Amino acid sequence: MMEKKIAIDSLNMNYGSFRAIEDVTLDILSRHITALIGPSGCGKSTLIRCLNRMNDLIDGVRVEGRVLLDGDNIYEPTYDAITLRRRVGMVFQRPNPFPKSIYENVAYGPKLTGMRGKDELDYIVEESLKKAALWDEVKTNLRESGLNLSGGQQQRLCIARVIAVQPEVILFDEPCSAIDPVATQLIEDLMAELKKNYTIVIVTHNMQQAARISDYTAFMLVERQGEPGRMIEYGDTNAMFTNPKDERTERYITGRFG
Amino acid sequence: MSKKESNGKLRQIFSASRSEFLVRIPLFLCAFLAFFSVLLIFLFILKESIPAISCLGLRNLFFSTTWRPNVSNPRAGSYGMLAFLSGTLMTTFFAMIIGAPLGIGTAIFIDQVAPPKIREITRRGIELLAGIPSVIIGWFGLTLLVPFLAHITGSSGYGIAPASLVLAIMVLPTITTLGTEGLKAVPAELKEASVAMGATRWQTIYKIIIPAAKESLIVSTILGMGRAIGETMAVQMVIGNARQLAFSPLERTSTLTSRIVTDMGEATSVFRSALYAQALALLILAMCLILLVRFVTRSREVTT
Repeated sequence: MMEKKIAIDSLNMNYGSFRAIEDVTLDILSRHITALIGPSGCGKSTLIRCLNRMNDLIDGVRVEGRVLLDGDNIYEPTYDAITLRRRVGMVFQRPNPFPKSIYENVAYGPKLTGMRGKDELDYIVEESLKKAALWDEVKTNLRESGLNLSGGQQQRLCIARVIAVQPEVILFDEPCSAIDPVATQLIEDLMAELKKNYTIVIVTHNMQQAARISDYTAFMLVERQGEPGRMIEYGDTNAMFTNPKDERTERYITGRFG
Repeated sequence: MSKKESNGKLRQIFSASRSEFLVRIPLFLCAFLAFFSVLLIFLFILKESIPAISCLGLRNLFFSTTWRPNVSNPRAGSYGMLAFLSGTLMTTFFAMIIGAPLGIGTAIFIDQVAPPKIREITRRGIELLAGIPSVIIGWFGLTLLVPFLAHITGSSGYGIAPASLVLAIMVLPTITTLGTEGLKAVPAELKEASVAMGATRWQTIYKIIIPAAKESLIVSTILGMGRAIGETMAVQMVIGNARQLAFSPLERTSTLTSRIVTDMGEATSVFRSALYAQALALLILAMCLILLVRFVTRSREVTT
């Protein structure tokens, strides 16, 4: 079942007069993990934020090209960004639970769409926390603040919060860069589990992580200072890490720069 | 800070190298002067109000609404300040009812909604408002608000209503400026998280940003209240300066501050001391507000 979930087509993205990424074309397959790798500043975070239109929040951003979600261009003026973000959830670099209880963090998304019934909410909160492998650790203290959890637990709470909205795609923007190796291991296991039901895109600066968990990898690079980030190579993760086609990819993954 | 620590700090201030010493001493003196003036003012006002307290008693002074000063024989007059205390509390209350939502609304507009250009214009406007001398705002109240209220209500137009309106304008800069700072301090990550979950801008503001900035918004309101309680000139121009307790917002009355400036020219002896007792009441109100601010900000330190 190799259907395309997201198709990025000749995408350019500009901050004012500065072009951050140029001419990115990339297919993201349903129920697989696609990793975006590359050195800092190569535009990989910018690219992932184009997929749920988070860049809309920044003044002066201009996007050219198309991003198709199940065939519909999300940059059509008539496309509703709110609906889009419910279908394409996001987990951020630094765990960012709301300063609310664990329960309220997870119930936040469903409540936004008007869900009020206590039984219904209880069920969603429990299911989401289970899917995020956090339920057993927090089931007795759901009313405690999400901020009292450890960094790794906070990140899994953020994942549960996204799952509660029942998205189709989950974007991970360097989800493990602020947490310890043991917690990282847990989150990687979790992603492997989640890909059975969700399409996953992950930005990571950690090549080993990309090699461990992803099915497909895209390598991005800014070749000269001031130029936009471009996609250098995209393909099956194993193939790319064992036998990269582009010489620049090879130099990056063998650790010669970046 | 424990006593030991503060002694250590003091020693540090005086034991530094000479150039350090030359910088530290003036700074230390500035800080000391500020503290010392507050103490001096408080003690002075306390001392000046003692004759009234001992001559009239706390009850006749603070809890009576009869204010009938006798200029030629001050000891024969009555000096109950309750009507003016009530005037101060009522004008402040109504000013906050109007000014706080307006100020916080403006702060939310500036920080969360306005596009950059309009944000700048609004912010400049609020800064300008802060710079307008109170006599001008009072004059505006006197020539526009008072006749307008008289016209639509059939009363004199003077009283708590115009005073509250004038004060509502005057507390705006305080509430808006501090409120904007508080909203700005909410981590951008929280806003992002909410938007990424499919929340609309309003849902994000209402459910995430305002709760996260709650304490600063409360503090900005309390400090605005401090401004309203202390404002004198503009209030005196529109409140009617009657010596009676007002039962409706459209009756002439006085506030503590407006009564002090109205009467201080002719007051001697106990009369004068009774005015100082009003100043004392005002000072205690202001201090309560500052304690309230400390209480609110302390509870924030504990929760985060």
